[in-house]
Amino acid sequence: MAFRIRTEQRVEVPKWLPTATSIGSVIIAFILGGVIFKIVGGKPLQALSFFYQAVFGNWGVFSDTLVKATPLIIIGVACAVAFKMRLWNIGAEGQFYAGAFGASLVVLVPLVPLDSPKVLVIGMMMLMGMIFGGIWGFIPGYLKAKYKVNEIITTLMLNYIIINWNNFWIFDQWSDRGFQMTATFDRVAWLPRLADYAKEVKAFSGVTLHLGVIFGIIAAIIVWWIFRYSRWGYEIKLIGDNPNAARYAGIDISKNIILVMAFSGALAGLAGMSEISGVVHRLQESISPGYGFTGIIVAWLAKLNPFTIIPVSVLFAGLIVAGREIQPTGLSFLLQGIILFLLISSDVLIRYKIRLVRVDKETE
Amino acid sequence: MNSTSPAVEMKDIVIEFPGVLANDHVNLTLQEGEIHALLGENGAGKSTLMNALAGLYKPASGTIRVRGELVSFNSPRDAILKGIGMVHQHFMLVPTQTVTENILLGLNEPRFVMSLNKFDQKILDLEEKYGLFVDPTTKIWQLSVGEQQRVEILKTLYRGANILIMDEPTAVLSPREIDELMETMRSMTDQGKSIIFITHKLGEVVDIADRVTVLRKGVVTAEGESMKGVTKKDLAQRMVGREVIFTVERESHELGDVVMEMTDVSALNNRGLPALKDVSLSVRSGEILGIAGVGGNGQSELAEVITGLRKCSGKIFIQGEEISNQPPIKAINRGVSHIPEDRTAVGTAPSLSLTDNTIMKGYKKHPIGDGWRINFQVAQKHTSKLKDKYNIIAPSVNTPAGKLSGGNLQKLILAREINCEPRFLVAMQPTRGLDVGAIEDIRALLLEQRSHGAAILLISEELEEVLSLSDRIAVISEGKIMGIVDSEDVDIDKIGMMMAGMQEIRE
Repeated sequence: MAFRIRTEQRVEVPKWLPTATSIGSVIIAFILGGVIFKIVGGKPLQALSFFYQAVFGNWGVFSDTLVKATPLIIIGVACAVAFKMRLWNIGAEGQFYAGAFGASLVVLVPLVPLDSPKVLVIGMMMLMGMIFGGIWGFIPGYLKAKYKVNEIITTLMLNYIIINWNNFWIFDQWSDRGFQMTATFDRVAWLPRLADYAKEVKAFSGVTLHLGVIFGIIAAIIVWWIFRYSRWGYEIKLIGDNPNAARYAGIDISKNIILVMAFSGALAGLAGMSEISGVVHRLQESISPGYGFTGIIVAWLAKLNPFTIIPVSVLFAGLIVAGREIQPTGLSFLLQGIILFLLISSDVLIRYKIRLVRVDKETE
Repeated sequence: MNSTSPAVEMKDIVIEFPGVLANDHVNLTLQEGEIHALLGENGAGKSTLMNALAGLYKPASGTIRVRGELVSFNSPRDAILKGIGMVHQHFMLVPTQTVTENILLGLNEPRFVMSLNKFDQKILDLEEKYGLFVDPTTKIWQLSVGEQQRVEILKTLYRGANILIMDEPTAVLSPREIDELMETMRSMTDQGKSIIFITHKLGEVVDIADRVTVLRKGVVTAEGESMKGVTKKDLAQRMVGREVIFTVERESHELGDVVMEMTDVSALNNRGLPALKDVSLSVRSGEILGIAGVGGNGQSELAEVITGLRKCSGKIFIQGEEISNQPPIKAINRGVSHIPEDRTAVGTAPSLSLTDNTIMKGYKKHPIGDGWRINFQVAQKHTSKLKDKYNIIAPSVNTPAGKLSGGNLQKLILAREINCEPRFLVAMQPTRGLDVGAIEDIRALLLEQRSHGAAILLISEELEEVLSLSDRIAVISEGKIMGIVDSEDVDIDKIGMMMAGMQEIRE
């Protein structure tokens, strides 16, 4: 009896299916990774347990993972907003740096007296971070809306400009005793961390998780609400799906290109603020190990769903943390690669039904 | 081979598509060294017939002889081997490569070493011979449309074609380029090439053709007649035909005020050529003004300028307010509804739900719009009401619009555009491609809007539709209004003449 595989296009996709394939992909990636580990002579189960220990093992390391996930969540949400309208903002990295620069101005100029209450300083840093990130998104948005300049090129190029702009300031103007970094910020400019409350709750001692993760969750909720219920979100979806139809429905596309790019940039800028205020506590070189680019992948893997971005970010943050802790580092990259590969190919399962059919039956 | 046989002889060609008989026992004979015009409206079956000759389709029955030899083509390559080359309406060129590279593309020579200089010279010789001048070393993207067309012609000549099929070659050209093309065609026939020239423009047939074959709805209405023996009027009549007018119950009523008025409106098409020339029209409340014309004569541009989708010169007023060159939202707010020509590319967002698609024009209005929010519960209820009222067949209001059939998609657009009680409705090809039942429904809806006092501009290539629904009929040709007639005293011959580009003639 002969069988063959037949694929049929799905008319309607069950709601649970995308989640199931994503989780399935991750599990299969770990199994495949384990097999490869075994082949090269390792002990896969032991490695997996190390991996687990390094990422989720105790509150300390799990908090490290969440700290790494924080910028990914915010940037992932920022990218999702732009991608929903098919605006290819790949400049989140630059907008992140612009936000970091804007937030630093508050402390380094200083824009508010440093003996002001913490709420004021942090609030000002958030505002400046979002304004500077927003400007860095506004520029390519304006160029695209007015002169049809391809945003992929401009956002990418603006990344290099802002990184070198930052370098100018930290190498020269704000250099701390010749090091390529500014002096550590006054504590008033630090985002509250769980460790700050170690006196009250003993378990928090040494836990680095900071308020930025809440920014990420709030950003996800706001963007979810915009897409789900707001007029603006509806306009973004319509332009993304069919710009001709949107124009025909009387929507101002140029205005929305500028608004969405500026909003996306402002969110990425907030991620930059959260990183320097919550983790680095100064402006320095390489504050991002490519968060702006990983955020793009995160947004896509989460299918642009703001809530899905949160667990996906944690997974990627886990892989970053594990890469640091586990030897050889390659294992974590290997897993990243396999997960990406499987997630992208699992799209086929969402779009098509795959069936095993008997050949003799098919001819009926 | 017989030297006295015609270059091409197509006999009893039948080509059928699902639901349409595109060619019904069509005969066409092309003599050596002549320019033979193939005339007919859009959808008459001209391109289908020529695609069969170029090896793209296989006729269901009928015979094709090339210089007396019976042939059967399985691919365009077979046709090229017999010396038949087709210059398509849409160019198939690689923009970043040079003229020479494009001409050589797909050929066996040069084999491996690209000694292009040698081939440049060969192409220059060919250009010299037929007067088709274009620099062989230029890249395609730097050429004008007319020059690109010359490259397409050179491509077929280089492959040794001596029978050329040109599919509406003048459609993309400016008047000066058309003159140059005509000269080239003459010089090609002087050197023994034979040309079939597909067109729907009567003027060009008179200018250039030796003989003409007219197709109407897949049937030959004039077979290879010499241009000396026929009059323009006769050709126009054979092209458009004497259609049976279905009488639609259209009660007469008092007309209201002028709702839409446009004066001296001119506009360019997407290629920057004039598409509308000094068009002045007005439509009153309770009136349907039909625009008759062969497709591509400025109808799309007309609909677009009124709805704010295209810039123009001149003035357009809706209920006294000027809306020309204003963003589309202005027209929408003045009560203009628009049933667009292209229901998938413009009328709907395919991956969004029925609900998202029905609220496209009204999402800001209470109760669907609620400040910053959209009340999707109200929107869904509204959509399911429309779905029942207009009999839109779909699994649910959450189904993506792209999954709907053409007829249901059109009903969805109509429901959206009509339900808001428009003051002025632009309906472009509202029944194209639909089955009889859907066509009747949609026509009835248009008449219902008319009796509710809407002013309607009905643009259609279906003459029968325009005649049966309209109160007045304006005929458009090459962007100009050739004349406006009352539907009470319609003379089909006169309309046919005007559609073919001739002003009203008083005999």
